[in-house]
Amino acid sequence: MIVAERKPLEEIRRNLAGRKKVLVLGCGGCVTVCLTGGERQADMLASQLRTAAKVAGEPVEVTVRTPTRQCDREFIDTLKADVEAADAVVSLACGVGVQLMAEVYETKPVLPAVNTTFMGAHSGPGTWTENCRGCGQCVLAETGGVCPVARCAKSLINGACGGTNKGKCEVSRDIDCAWYLIYKRLKARGDLSFLRAEREPLDWGMSSSGTRRTLVHAEVNDQAHRRGAEGAEGAAERK
Amino acid sequence: MSKFRDSLASGRFTFTGEIGPPKGTNVEPVLEEAVHYLKDCCAAVNVTDIQTAVMRMSSLAVCRMLVERGIEPVLQMVTRDRNRLALQSDLLGAAALGVENVLALTGDHTTMGDHKEAKPVYDLDSVGLLQTMRKLESGTDLGRTMKGEPNQLDGAPKFFKGCVVTPCAEEVEPQIIKLEKKVAAGAEFVQTQAVYDPRAFEKFMKSIGHIKVPVMVGIVLLKNAGMAKYMNANVPGVVVPKEITARLAAADKKELKKVSVQIAGELIRDMRGCCQGAHIMPLGWDKEIPRVIEASGA
Ligand code: SF4
Repeated sequence: MIVAERKPLEEIRRNLAGRKKVLVLGCGGCVTVCLTGGERQADMLASQLRTAAKVAGEPVEVTVRTPTRQCDREFIDTLKADVEAADAVVSLACGVGVQLMAEVYETKPVLPAVNTTFMGAHSGPGTWTENCRGCGQCVLAETGGVCPVARCAKSLINGACGGTNKGKCEVSRDIDCAWYLIYKRLKARGDLSFLRAEREPLDWGMSSSGTRRTLVHAEVNDQAHRRGAEGAEGAAERK
Repeated sequence: MSKFRDSLASGRFTFTGEIGPPKGTNVEPVLEEAVHYLKDCCAAVNVTDIQTAVMRMSSLAVCRMLVERGIEPVLQMVTRDRNRLALQSDLLGAAALGVENVLALTGDHTTMGDHKEAKPVYDLDSVGLLQTMRKLESGTDLGRTMKGEPNQLDGAPKFFKGCVVTPCAEEVEPQIIKLEKKVAAGAEFVQTQAVYDPRAFEKFMKSIGHIKVPVMVGIVLLKNAGMAKYMNANVPGVVVPKEITARLAAADKKELKKVSVQIAGELIRDMRGCCQGAHIMPLGWDKEIPRVIEASGA
């Protein structure tokens, strides 16, 4: 899932620039699971904003909503009345949600309350760790289920660099060397053929460093268009 | 025409040295030292490429300045800072400037250097860089025309391609596998990470007996006992035996350089039987290289 970190209150307040009616918008998706932007955290941010405003002697009115997800129009179209009543929206969703909100409610400032950091797993109590970088050409079948693109600091594809040290990465003793893990796992499975294969450079054009990517499920898309043509208004725009 | 290649091919035990470009434009001191102390005793001189991710003058520029002074350079090229467009472009430039020897490296991570905020590139890895050089040599590049056909170069370069390996890594099997891949991708010579344990090195050389390219053992001058201890504790794949550290610790301050040179010379002497050359990394003690070679008896 997508993991995010709360921004400092001062930064959020700075971005609000004294706006008086604020809608704090949690998100019921990923940021709820990583304990950064769910209903509870939205309530907490609201009370922090109220307290800070009070201390500063600025009148402020804060309301809170937490839709199921902010990355889907289905769940944010219904927020119209709340958004219109506010001077600004502070969104605790990841960057995806913030952008969709800003697109749907074009005239309203939608301000991020979190820094979206990575795609990762719940790896320990209160701990999340990056595991995927969305490179668009998954090699996990060959690497024993350890991603060298996300987990090797240099995204190497032909094996460990000279910095690998006692199973740790050269950049930090707290980070496992991805290629050490891959070697150990493939070795345990008795098949080092992936390690031996000379691999061509990755196609970064398919990855997050390429251009903006779109996924279209043609079947679903066609259906929606047909419905649109039959008069089911709006459906076609949602591709 | 690489004299360095010829020297290794002749079976002569071959020496290479190493210099680091300056942080600034004052390049004369390092060039002068190279001319005075490395020119006569080394077949070629490596020029580091933004080593340890600490910003310095371009390796290619300094390589060319060596060429002008009659010294054959080995252009070190890391994949950390340039994508495949820039790497290929610089490789063509190197060929045009008379720089033929190229050592392919991944390069220490940006966070290890003095520009921690820099965007690390790593578009290719060291194997990919070797593949790239081979492609250029064949007259094409990594790209494609609009029709999806290989691009044709107007003039193809020729390189003497090298790579590195860490012989005393804790886990040596993956090191060997990667070395096999580098050689399959076109590496024609190997310079190793620093070695201080001749027995471990001999064992490593036996285990790569099937890899038929010349190997030059890496020798980093240990300047004092503190440095020996530091390398042992912090540099991946470097093991400094206690006896060496003890010799440095026991040395009189005035004698330290002599002892250091003696240790390096003895290491080469003890390992020259199982490899084809030595790559000496003096870390600023360039003046000592001739004495190290003398002490090695080679
Ligand atoms: S030490 Fe391992 S994880 Fe770190 S950059 Fe090198 S190969 Fe990648």
